[in-house]
Amino acid sequence: MEFMPNFQLHRPETIEEALEARMDNDEALYVAGGTDMLVNVRRGIEQPKNLVDLSAIHGMKSITLNSEGLHIGAGVTLKELHGHEAVVKNYTAISHSAKAVAGSTHQMYGTVGGNLCLDTRCLFYNQSEWWRQSNDYCLKERGDTCHVAPGGKRCFAAFSGDMAPSMLVYEAEVDIAGEGSIKRVPLKNLYNNDGLDHLTLKPGELVTAVHLPQELAGDQSAYEKARIRGSIDFPLAGVAVRLRKSVDGTIEDLAIALTAVNPYPQIVSGLEGLIGTKLSEESAMQVRDTVRKQAKPMRTTTVAPWYRRRVIGAIAKRLLEELAG
Amino acid sequence: MSKKNHKTLLHCTVNGREHDDVVDDNTLLVDYLRESLGLTGTKIGCDGGECGCCTVLVDGQPRHACLTLAATCTDKDIVTIEALEVQGRLSALQRGFHEKLGAQCGFCTPGMIMAAEGLLRENPDPSEEDIRQGLAANICRCTGYVKIIESVQYAAAELKRTGKEVAA
Repeated sequence: MEFMPNFQLHRPETIEEALEARMDNDEALYVAGGTDMLVNVRRGIEQPKNLVDLSAIHGMKSITLNSEGLHIGAGVTLKELHGHEAVVKNYTAISHSAKAVAGSTHQMYGTVGGNLCLDTRCLFYNQSEWWRQSNDYCLKERGDTCHVAPGGKRCFAAFSGDMAPSMLVYEAEVDIAGEGSIKRVPLKNLYNNDGLDHLTLKPGELVTAVHLPQELAGDQSAYEKARIRGSIDFPLAGVAVRLRKSVDGTIEDLAIALTAVNPYPQIVSGLEGLIGTKLSEESAMQVRDTVRKQAKPMRTTTVAPWYRRRVIGAIAKRLLEELAG
Repeated sequence: MSKKNHKTLLHCTVNGREHDDVVDDNTLLVDYLRESLGLTGTKIGCDGGECGCCTVLVDGQPRHACLTLAATCTDKDIVTIEALEVQGRLSALQRGFHEKLGAQCGFCTPGMIMAAEGLLRENPDPSEEDIRQGLAANICRCTGYVKIIESVQYAAAELKRTGKEVAA
């Protein structure tokens, strides 16, 4: 058992108060549901002097539908999200994703914003203090060696959020509140390909909402992940697919995004060739191989990278074939 | 790390009784319940949100007490396993776990029952799949889950038969 370090808790009730609390205090961190963050604090991976709890901010807890699309507050819980009628009907993969995060109890207080901003994970990082100390820590935390790729100067900890790939295939945008303003940026710009520093947020910035465009509402989509425990676990490899096809089965639009196989959630490139064609066994195999080429799983989980690479291609192919009918 | 313990005045309801207590900002709900209130029915298993042994209801929804800071429970209604008995008699769920042998070593049982309680309050007539989903965040190392599912089904049927709501 590890003890909670000492910190001061702040409970702002508005976004402005949250930004102030974060900027006015040293070594402050935001915490939403805390399902992952509090474990990290307890393990000494994060050592905040101040925690800014976002759960009392009511302004970030609603899902609203308007002519531009669906607006989801960052404080909406994963349970509210996966059960929401418009999400189930029009943005199916996002509902699948929310239902796949951890276990059902976590989904009751884990939030959308928290999952999008989830810290990257690694076998050598998400461990107890004594485990990490015995192993001389790692590049991501206090140490100077990456145990996944010794000799390298890069951190390969994998982004393991389930929400991001599904939101990426729907070309989601996020609202980011910073000093004095709220800016809207494409979700893909929230991420860096760097396990050490995978979010592009500046200190103090806060993701407050996600927007899903109306133009893509109703496109067929799905999300599936491989995990060790079927009932509750982070993904070993996760795939979201969105497919729009005409009545005769011709592919009009296709997007695939991956999670848990890179330090950032990745949009698969090079799928343009399939637009305007009908899915065949051969082209499905090509998609499978493209996905396998672009996924770069490293030794960040107890499951071997070669397996995760095989499985991510297989899931992508299967989802695509199911959606194409 | 500063030496001073930051504190918060916590006002909450636990098992129907109002409490006003000063808690350290870093106190977890599970420690508050066990150490300050002496409600040791809520168990500490993995201490990291993986096993579900510390599940309690916060505003009617199951929640891991080991991943919840006590100070964030201000004005919340918390229910633990100790509150389920009805006038000295086991609740339908507790009886279900007894009759259908849902408990073996018993360590996971308080968490299992609280997760099931949350499920039945929301969905009084759950399918087997609903029960499996509802208890997905709870680990049992003894039973293999079959008996636990039967226990919850027993309780659901019992509540339907007697026309009572789950826990008063």
